[in-house]
Amino acid sequence: MNVANVAPAIRLAATLLPALMGLCVASGAVAQTIYVSNEKDNTLSVIDGKTMAVTDTIKVGKRPRGITLSKDGTQLFICASDDHAVQVLDLATKKLVHNLPSGEDPEQFALSPDGKSLFIANEDSNIVTVVDVPSRKVAFQVDVGVEPEGMDVSPDGRWGVNTSETTSMVHWIDMEKRAVVDNTLVGPRPRYAQFTKDGSQLWVSSEIGGTVSVIDSATRKVQKVVDFHIKGIAKDRIQPVGVKLTDDGRYAFVALGPANHVAVVDAKSFEVKDYLLVGRRVWQMALTPDQKTLYTTNGVSGDVSVIDVDSLKVTKSVKVGRYPWGVAVKG
Amino acid sequence: MTKTRLPSPLRAASCLPLGLALGVALLAAPAGAEEIRIGFLSQTPEPPPSVSSPDEPAADDGLAGAVLAVADSNTTGKFLNQSFVLDPVEVAPDGDAAAALRELAARGDRFIVVDAPGATVAALTKLPEAAGRLLLNANAPDDSLRGAACAANLLHVAPSRAMLADALAQYLVKKRWPRWFLVTGRRPEDALFADAVRRAAKRFGGQIVAEKTWTAESDVNRTAEAEIPVFTQAKSYDVLIVADEVGEFGDYLSYRTADPRPVAGTQGLVPTVWHRTHEQWGAAQLQSRFKAAAKRPMTARDHNDWTAIRVVGEAAARSRSADPDALIAFIQSPDFSMSAFRGAPLSLRSWDGQLRQPVLLAADRSLVSVSPQEGFLHPRTELDTLGYDQPETLCKNRGQKKP
Repeated sequence: MNVANVAPAIRLAATLLPALMGLCVASGAVAQTIYVSNEKDNTLSVIDGKTMAVTDTIKVGKRPRGITLSKDGTQLFICASDDHAVQVLDLATKKLVHNLPSGEDPEQFALSPDGKSLFIANEDSNIVTVVDVPSRKVAFQVDVGVEPEGMDVSPDGRWGVNTSETTSMVHWIDMEKRAVVDNTLVGPRPRYAQFTKDGSQLWVSSEIGGTVSVIDSATRKVQKVVDFHIKGIAKDRIQPVGVKLTDDGRYAFVALGPANHVAVVDAKSFEVKDYLLVGRRVWQMALTPDQKTLYTTNGVSGDVSVIDVDSLKVTKSVKVGRYPWGVAVKG
Repeated sequence: MTKTRLPSPLRAASCLPLGLALGVALLAAPAGAEEIRIGFLSQTPEPPPSVSSPDEPAADDGLAGAVLAVADSNTTGKFLNQSFVLDPVEVAPDGDAAAALRELAARGDRFIVVDAPGATVAALTKLPEAAGRLLLNANAPDDSLRGAACAANLLHVAPSRAMLADALAQYLVKKRWPRWFLVTGRRPEDALFADAVRRAAKRFGGQIVAEKTWTAESDVNRTAEAEIPVFTQAKSYDVLIVADEVGEFGDYLSYRTADPRPVAGTQGLVPTVWHRTHEQWGAAQLQSRFKAAAKRPMTARDHNDWTAIRVVGEAAARSRSADPDALIAFIQSPDFSMSAFRGAPLSLRSWDGQLRQPVLLAADRSLVSVSPQEGFLHPRTELDTLGYDQPETLCKNRGQKKP
């Protein structure tokens, strides 16, 4: 699951403020569909956003992990890691239509704001592959650190960022130069990166460091490190993975892996407001386009937790396949 | 002196299967990068002729892990203007390890990974040439090296026998299989492992209900079916724990015991730092990266050597320094921690220089559990429930006071 899942719709809304924002809220009744990749079942679970029931299970490639919607919302891109391909699923027909070239072992990816470039982390080969989506060709590849993982693209399209787990850095890829031009050292084993909506900050989780680093995009320096403490849970079990920021700049949600909680961080003061108990080994998350609901994938318990953003309460859990990994919401 | 030397310093050497990966990383290293040289001194004891193992260890067992760790460190190093050079020397079983260390010291290596038996490690730390260098013990599990024979210039990347036995004991106690039949081999190291099991029983509420020593001189391969049912007649117990480090008879116990009981210890369910079935916490990535380079699965020895090199690499990246003195200080500071694909971060115990770490419990084709087990608590970190904790340490040579 990745920022790009929700980003296209939200970023469009941002350019047409505030009328369209109102429209988004008003159209909240429109049925939402949630897609979840099941890493150990080689399937996608399809959840109806209204009934919260799994309505379909779609067979996909081997070891599906990151998933993201195309900009127009008609297709889903799937990292089929052990097939070394990014598969493209047509959502209307639920058929895999073609593959995109992806490089070895694709794990996570991010779509550029214009929807044309897909940034793919190739975990086994220390490379980021940038694919031109319309022509289905590799545009370029960039050498990064050991075990590239988290990916995002800045809202202005200037930066592609990648985190490398064993190198523990954020690599800043200049889109024009098509090269890494800067690196920011963060806590051990960075897993996930997300830009704020205005692009001024990049939030990066460190699984083994147990922290989230907030990086100032202008200087590419860490401006704040967020720490987590949950009573009764050993410090080394708190392992941040997924991060989701609300568009209004109010909250950052941080999935804490084997601590089985999602931290709610005040995105302005950087203080942790609450810890929400979810399923076991919470991994990735997605917000609905109206920002009212957050979905989390819980790898070990094999379910999806549903969090109401207004009340900050976990309202439901939905059983899916084995090792749910990525999640994307179509509004 | 019968010493086989590998080409050194090993740079983008194409003589090794990993040369390519290493070469790529080095080519990418910026010109004028700060160089960090790591000596790698290995010595593999000859297995006794009585051992007939179906799994011949690979010729590069251990070294392949070190080579991959240098490649990994160089991939990171290229962004920090740091370049790592591995300087491997292999000492024959009856070779002169001291001369090998002197040679590495003469080349200016301040970090020396020692993948050798405990006696070799103990002798090397006392050499005048070892002073001011950091020796990283990557293979010897002897608790004495962490205790009375500890040294200020010696860190332990490999877990001790006490840590391995504690990891196993916690799991057996959690399973409510606390009554153990301890079978010990005839070698001194077997007695040391048995001591660690007895200590673990006391710590975690296990009970040694029966003990025997395996002294049979006959070829166990031919006699096991007849001898083991008789040998294993004992009063009621839950698990047979075997202490047979070289693997002389331990593999023959399962399915031949008088009572139908599981076997654990040095064979059967084994405590280990690494296993080919381990895939959690990103381990799948390290497994596939290693397999692609070495054309075989990563062994525990490979992993210990990988970790030893990565301790230096991680310290260099974190402190953004290539200065050996700064790195030696940083590695031993409370700020140092690193990821090693076993969940909890690894860091150093100030009192004996031991790397604290989770321990896997594995059967032949499945990972059974990872210790420390839930419920075994410790005020600092649950990892300190494994091995000698600060109040128990017998180490007096590291400038640490008892609390």
